Amino acid sequence: MTTRTAPSATALYDIPGPATRKRHLLYGIVSTALILALLGWVVYLLFDTEQFTSAKWTPFTYKGIQELLLRGLGNTLKAFAYAAVLSLLLGAILAVGRLSDHRPVRWIATLLVEFFRAMPVLVMIFFIFVALKVQPLPALVTGLTLYNGSVLAEVFRTGIVSVERGQSEAAYALGLRKTQVTTFVLAPQAVRAMLPTIISQLVVALKDTSLGYLITYEEFLHAGKLIASNLDYDLPFIPVVMVISPIYIGMCMLLSWFATWVAERERRNPKMKAVEIAPAEPGTLLPGVQ
Amino acid sequence: MLRTRRVLAACAGLLLAVLAAACGKEGSPPVKGPKPEQLPVYKVDTAFRLPASPTWTKAKKRGYLRVGAKEDQPYLGEKDPATGIYSGFDIEIAKMMSASLGFDPKTIRFKTIASANRETALQNGQIDYYVGTYTINEMRKKLVGFAGPYYMAGQGLLVRTDEHDINGPQDLAGKTVCSAAGSTPYQRIAADYPKAILVAYDTYSICVDNLLTYQVDAVTTDDAILLGFAAKAPKEMKVVGKPFSQEPYGIGVPRSDNALRFALNDALEANEKNGNWKKAFEATLGLSGVPAPKPPPIDRYPAT
Amino acid sequence: MDVLTENFSLYGKGFLGTVELTVYSSILALLLGFIMASFRVAPVGSLRVLGTVWVMVLRNTPLTLLFFAVLLGLPRFGLVLPFKVFAVLALGCYTSAFICEVLRSGINTVPTGQGEAARSLGMTFGQTLSTVVLPQAFRSVIPPVGSTLIALAKNSAIAGAFSVTELLGTYKTLNELGYSIIWTFVWIAVGYLIITLSISALFNVMEKRWGVAR
Repeated sequence: MTTRTAPSATALYDIPGPATRKRHLLYGIVSTALILALLGWVVYLLFDTEQFTSAKWTPFTYKGIQELLLRGLGNTLKAFAYAAVLSLLLGAILAVGRLSDHRPVRWIATLLVEFFRAMPVLVMIFFIFVALKVQPLPALVTGLTLYNGSVLAEVFRTGIVSVERGQSEAAYALGLRKTQVTTFVLAPQAVRAMLPTIISQLVVALKDTSLGYLITYEEFLHAGKLIASNLDYDLPFIPVVMVISPIYIGMCMLLSWFATWVAERERRNPKMKAVEIAPAEPGTLLPGVQ
Repeated sequence: MLRTRRVLAACAGLLLAVLAAACGKEGSPPVKGPKPEQLPVYKVDTAFRLPASPTWTKAKKRGYLRVGAKEDQPYLGEKDPATGIYSGFDIEIAKMMSASLGFDPKTIRFKTIASANRETALQNGQIDYYVGTYTINEMRKKLVGFAGPYYMAGQGLLVRTDEHDINGPQDLAGKTVCSAAGSTPYQRIAADYPKAILVAYDTYSICVDNLLTYQVDAVTTDDAILLGFAAKAPKEMKVVGKPFSQEPYGIGVPRSDNALRFALNDALEANEKNGNWKKAFEATLGLSGVPAPKPPPIDRYPAT
Repeated sequence: MDVLTENFSLYGKGFLGTVELTVYSSILALLLGFIMASFRVAPVGSLRVLGTVWVMVLRNTPLTLLFFAVLLGLPRFGLVLPFKVFAVLALGCYTSAFICEVLRSGINTVPTGQGEAARSLGMTFGQTLSTVVLPQAFRSVIPPVGSTLIALAKNSAIAGAFSVTELLGTYKTLNELGYSIIWTFVWIAVGYLIITLSISALFNVMEKRWGVAR
């Protein structure tokens, strides 16, 4: 995540000499001052618009409010857990379909994957919620599963395809059948290689659980809105955002870091010679039809 | 190694935050505006039986009623974020009905249902009945059944106290007006005052929030709802003009369950006669300074 | 079928709303993404930190939360703007983090030798950047930018829930009017497919013309 690209490592600059370094130091001081001034201005605005009055913060000291937030957080994590497990399952099934030897199966799987990847998740969630009249939680989970499952199917497929040909050839030469080759030789290596990408996709699922807010699923953001729009508490919107966002962002960051950590560990793993490991890149976070 | 440690530190931080959250003051934060001294108590009609109603029979087996309500309308249907307890006039009506149907009002499980999802919730049996500023109209009668009306509201306008240009719907041209998506007031403004710029959210509380941050110029919906909001922040908001519509509030029930609808009609009438209705009004909406009106006549339309 | 023909203007408005949101947010995202990417490869430490924090925070923020914070939060600081502008701001900033990462890795794919060769020919920093590094980076960056913008178009659906006119939001009106909800959604889906497929077609053409096979 925090790959500090030393400027000398790019094609952009030479290694700076003493005069340049002095100039950079000056730039650094000026830009730091500017950034600090900007931050200061924001803090001033916060104070100026009375975001730190006790009326707006005391609600958080009550047990009931904390429990409300925790319940919301629990619901968010519940939706995430369901969506993650089901997406992995659906992804595996669709990947198998796409790699099938039977043409109709392959076509159907491809069609499904392409369709669900091209649709906005929210459209699917609303369709399930409004048109099929499903409860909020299952609607949210189904929508997330269809989308992330399709993306993961592509991840699994590329993973399996990118295992060195020699591996499957050797396995076939030993007399293994296609199912055996896939389950015992290709899949284990592919999953290892793809683990960072899979985790990154799960970050997307975690972030998208907040869409549940829009279909009245009582998740974390919904709990926040309930507090923020309460006239009794002086509409503590900014305090609510200041409490909620670090937790949301923190959870996602933890998962992202985990992905990067796995990627780095796998890269050093001697077992991983047969597959090229995809780093957890942003490109893989936002796939679309290409 | 450094990264692992950082992740661990983040984990520890999160854990600490959760632990810190586990201790706090009991009860709920102080509430603004007038408070009810005492809510009326309704006598539970334990001998009540209604085998003709599938909804009632199921509820009896379950042991409690599931009632749909609003959660963000002060003095009408409001959920205390801290305690999760619902309060307000609609909630009192729901409790009254529960007592008459033979269920202790304390056992009701309230469920927040957004305006746009009310019909769905009744149709697929998520709730037994719905009490939440639900206007009776012909189109909705095709989807759900209505007991009542139990209250006659009318569409009004809520503006900031520093707003002097808006005194009625005729002044809305070019102004931004907020209402709930899919609600009757929204449709009326769209049809009768097309020059107003409409903004829609799922809930009125966001509309009121937008009003206070100058994103919209007025909030429109039934005066009962607006009065509740204005009573919470009288220095910042006021209700202007005369109501420009009639909104009979009914209790939504599953359309096929006529037996339940008739029973609720009877229960309403009885509670209006014995003074419970008036007491409930005075303990809730009446706190905003409005005297209790005469309840509207009950619309006993034939079985469908 | 009638849903589309009878409500063509409504669908059209929603469709145009989504297109508008997508175009404006894309411009903002590309601009901000470019600025942040240049910060992230800058020789100045504090700018690098700013770029890194920007990307890390926004990439890990749920877009719904960002919309919530921007549309309901910024007016509290006396900033009263149309909802659409706020939506563009939220979408643009969110996507800029992804664009930034795409651009940065594009710059990093240019071999160091290229820059060294350019400088040894006596080119200035500006020349190196504009005639050697960026053209090469640009080529390798076309497909990922395309898929990021497609994701942006899809994400714009969230704006509908925050009172911005766009395609998904049309379902509410049509639902009230009593049209078949399934068909309503079918046409909404078709609208999104048209938008996403056009973006991908556009980027395919661009890649054919300028892309490099590495």
